[in-house]
Amino acid sequence: MPDPTKIRATVNGDVVEVKMLMSHPEATGLATDSAGKLKLTGTPHYIKTVTVACNGRNVLSGDWGPAVSKNPFLTLRFKGGKQGDKITVTWHDSAGESRTDEATIS
Amino acid sequence: MKVDRRNFLKLAGGGSALALLAGSGLLPRLAWAVDAPLHALAPGDDRKEFEAHTLDELVKALGGTGAQASTHIDLSAPEIAENGAVVPIEIQSKLPNTRMIAVVCENNPNALTAAFHLPDGTEPYISMRMKLAETAKVTALVQTDQGFFYTDRMVKVTLGGCGG
Repeated sequence: MPDPTKIRATVNGDVVEVKMLMSHPEATGLATDSAGKLKLTGTPHYIKTVTVACNGRNVLSGDWGPAVSKNPFLTLRFKGGKQGDKITVTWHDSAGESRTDEATIS
Repeated sequence: MKVDRRNFLKLAGGGSALALLAGSGLLPRLAWAVDAPLHALAPGDDRKEFEAHTLDELVKALGGTGAQASTHIDLSAPEIAENGAVVPIEIQSKLPNTRMIAVVCENNPNALTAAFHLPDGTEPYISMRMKLAETAKVTALVQTDQGFFYTDRMVKVTLGGCGG
């Protein structure tokens, strides 16, 4: 089971800023051979979809490919949230694993 | 036929011009054509927008016809990225009714890095980190109710971030 996603959500005026750090290898399966060419050597393992919700209301959905960096870091801003609201971050990866984590807006 | 100096040079010149043509233009292009279908997606991942290799192909895969350059998209990325595996990208769209923001690099095995769908109430802003295979142009593609718009920026990479 992957490590939990670290989530920090803060209110700034009428905008809520959510920063999240997911724990994921984001492997491309690619490696450079001796000739300097990229070759597929392993199985790619990366997050395919990410959804962020505030009290059950969707505020972001992302479709991701293998080029997102390892341990993805993402920031988003939305309106209509307040202190104490619950932020839920869910991801599904190419290996069929998934993870959902929660935090409250502070 | 007597090969005199003049004729010999002509022949040699013609031959080397051909070799030069093959060496510089034709052969690498052929090699690239063989390499191009580098399928860097996991088995079972058949999302067609991720199979695009150019911005045009991507816009078509997303259901558009073409993208216009726009000055109303702010794309911040480092001018020089020492490590291509972690390149911070920040995109802010000032276009009204921005519905989607995508991070694109045509030089990567898959042009599309990430696409973010923004429901009403979410600011047209995204900050994330991406991998770059080599020094390349990073493109921010934005979809509004008026169509697709983009802006791009060169990022120089000193260490590629694909082999990992």
